[in-house]
Amino acid sequence: MTAGLQVRGLNKAFGGLVVARDISLDLSPGDRKALIGPNGAGKSTFTNLITGILAPTSGSIQLDGRDIGSLSEAQRVKAGIAKTFQITTLFHSLTVRDNLRLPLLERRGLTARPFRRAAGDGGVEDEVESLLQQFRLTDVGDRVVQRLAYGQQRLVEMAMTLALRPRILILDEPAAGVPSSESPLIAEAIAGLPQDLAVLIIEHDMALVFKVAARIIVLVAGAILTEGTPAEIAADPRVRDLYLGAGHG
Amino acid sequence: MRSLVPFVVMLVVAVAAFYLFPYNLAFLTRVVITMILVLSLDLILGVAGVSTLGQAAMYGSGAYAAGLFAIHVWHDPLAGLAVGAAAGAVVAFVSGLFLTRAHGLTLLMLTIAVTEVLQEIANKFSAITGGTDGLGGIRMGRVLGIWKFDFVGRTGYIYAVCVLFVVVVVLKIVIGSPFGLALRGIGDSPARMRAIGTPVTRRLIAAYTLSGAVAGLAGAMAAQSTALVSLGVYDFQLSAEAMIMLILGGTGRLWGALIGTAVFMTVHQVASSVDPFNWLFVIGLLVLAVVYAVPRGLLGLPDEVKRLLRRLK
Amino acid sequence: MTTLASILLDGVAYGMILFMISVGLTVTMGLMRVVNLAHGGFAMLGGAFTHWAMMSAGLPFPLAALAALIAVVILSVPMERVFYRPIYKMGELPQVLATIGITFLMIASVNYAMGSSLLSIPLPKVMSGAVDLGFRTLPTHRLYVLGAGVLVIVGLFVLIERTRFGIRLRAAVDHPGTAACLGIDTGRIFSLTFALGAGLAALGGILGAELLPIDAYYPLRYMILFLTVVAVGGMGSVAGSFVAALALGILDTAARYLFPEVGTIFFYLAMIVMLGLRPQGLLGRA
Repeated sequence: MTAGLQVRGLNKAFGGLVVARDISLDLSPGDRKALIGPNGAGKSTFTNLITGILAPTSGSIQLDGRDIGSLSEAQRVKAGIAKTFQITTLFHSLTVRDNLRLPLLERRGLTARPFRRAAGDGGVEDEVESLLQQFRLTDVGDRVVQRLAYGQQRLVEMAMTLALRPRILILDEPAAGVPSSESPLIAEAIAGLPQDLAVLIIEHDMALVFKVAARIIVLVAGAILTEGTPAEIAADPRVRDLYLGAGHG
Repeated sequence: MRSLVPFVVMLVVAVAAFYLFPYNLAFLTRVVITMILVLSLDLILGVAGVSTLGQAAMYGSGAYAAGLFAIHVWHDPLAGLAVGAAAGAVVAFVSGLFLTRAHGLTLLMLTIAVTEVLQEIANKFSAITGGTDGLGGIRMGRVLGIWKFDFVGRTGYIYAVCVLFVVVVVLKIVIGSPFGLALRGIGDSPARMRAIGTPVTRRLIAAYTLSGAVAGLAGAMAAQSTALVSLGVYDFQLSAEAMIMLILGGTGRLWGALIGTAVFMTVHQVASSVDPFNWLFVIGLLVLAVVYAVPRGLLGLPDEVKRLLRRLK
Repeated sequence: MTTLASILLDGVAYGMILFMISVGLTVTMGLMRVVNLAHGGFAMLGGAFTHWAMMSAGLPFPLAALAALIAVVILSVPMERVFYRPIYKMGELPQVLATIGITFLMIASVNYAMGSSLLSIPLPKVMSGAVDLGFRTLPTHRLYVLGAGVLVIVGLFVLIERTRFGIRLRAAVDHPGTAACLGIDTGRIFSLTFALGAGLAALGGILGAELLPIDAYYPLRYMILFLTVVAVGGMGSVAGSFVAALALGILDTAARYLFPEVGTIFFYLAMIVMLGLRPQGLLGRA
């Protein structure tokens, strides 16, 4: 049995339109990989296939050697795959603490309980506080999320996903929309993630990718173009063409 | 301790109303029963964010169930309430199985359609329900075997207020629970709830069933206090007015449901007694005023005023 | 066989009325993304104005109907500006609420001005009477309804598919953001579309008064009927609402002929089934 996520020969087509072509990828505990590629390369499609929002046309997805292709989105979360959202879909009218409580309660299977206090479980409360500390959100814990600065909302987003205690974490554009003044906060938060967690970052901000990823996968037109260390990727002429523009050709 | 203040206020108002308007107890009882109905709507619409115009489906079913139970089985009021609540829960559970998957206009139309179908069924089975004549001949026994329903409606009012208290307490607990927090999460962002692993549809069905039980309870109280059930219990207007009252008061916090109902029904009562032909003007204007001027309801009014004052400074 | 023909004839005529009244609703709901419960009010106003013009001003039916139609169209423009503009950006709930409020105001206005009794619209000689079809007689009025329905659908088709206004309208329905960026004055399109929809509703209200009699509470009584056509047809789809209106018209008529004891249950069950199978409506986009 291999620990982590193994994706083999994943294909997805909408009618005649192929959006994922024979994608294979491994994500082991401790990995810090980034998935980059131009707009429309199929990055979102790929994450949706992994998290179970979309069903692949063919190919297999295994977690710790077990096939998870037939599990629903909710079941995959329980199995250990979690993803942050590109656009924040936090619970805007709830406080930061409640935002963190929800995934923690869900992880313990408590959200069907109607007759105890939501804030009454000691274990949950301890974990809420330690997450707040880890992401430096303790001061704003009782604030309603929609009143937070954008960078802080992204941190809540990450904390919430981490609260699910995933083994595979997919960060979908963690720095999207965050003003550059707040972007070190994000890099710092990613660096502080648990060591044994397998992390896949999907990001446009190359500075951030090169800072936090150990390996980079380049996706073009639904297929993997190349994979390598940041240095190899930076030196790859194909990748440079891709980013410096078709205008040169 | 602070959380007890609203309960004390509620009790004081209920007692004061009892002594201040001894000749309007029938109307006051109707207000209290409607409050229970609007509370049921607050759970599913205000907290879980499911827009429905079909709360009358459960209210009406509770009313008929309680009425029939009193006539054919047992005239005990509390047993009747349980039967009404059960009927509301069953209707909500069954219709919830497909309603909770729909959104927007489709959802609104489906909730309306369910109510219309039930009304039509009640109309067709007139041998059992009395059809357009209504279900008469309901005679209630004493509450807990002690208090008799009197002609002035004192027992009816106190009985209704007690049930309202219980309902508010239970719903307060539910809203403050992990389940309630999950419902608020669903109201904010169902997609996100799914992403953290919550079976959203199942939670919604559970919430709709609970909401249906409370609405059925309200219907049962109505049947018991008026000793009559008419086809009107399934009227679209009832569902629509419940929604108006809830939003008038403010959604999601229960107290808004109580305030909205009290204000709306008082305005309605006064307007229709002042001008029985044109009171609908007043209601129409009231509704528009809520939407344009106080979108967060009367509960949000203090904040709204504060913000206005700050801007003036 | 004759029953079948009868069902079809009456059902199609009924469906045409439903279509005329609902088509404006489906386009405005698709275009402005607004849940509008007050649309039937324009049908009622059409009927009420016609009634008044015939009874009090003594105009003949065609003139009265025309005047009523123009009056409703003119009235609808400021109503859209004042009441509807502010709610386009709001959520579904405030929209439901606001348009219920507008419905109440329309009912109260007609009730105040003309009372709560039936507002009859006596038909002129050429439209009353009946035509002998051999197997049954058909009220002449139904022929006019059918004719008007066909004219409306053809007119709408030409307007939407063949004119500049139609191109802009479709652009605004399909890609509201893009349309605004391309310099299409969506505000003006909203006004015009709303006025057109109100006018068609008025026409349907006037011509359909034989089947759906006009009185002050008309908008509330038939609200669900019109919304059903929109929901089943698919919001924003003219063709969808045409198919839905005809299907529901025929279905309802068939149920009345074949199982008169079942009443409207059939209609609502059909709607539940259709929406259960296709939540976005027959021709709506998912």
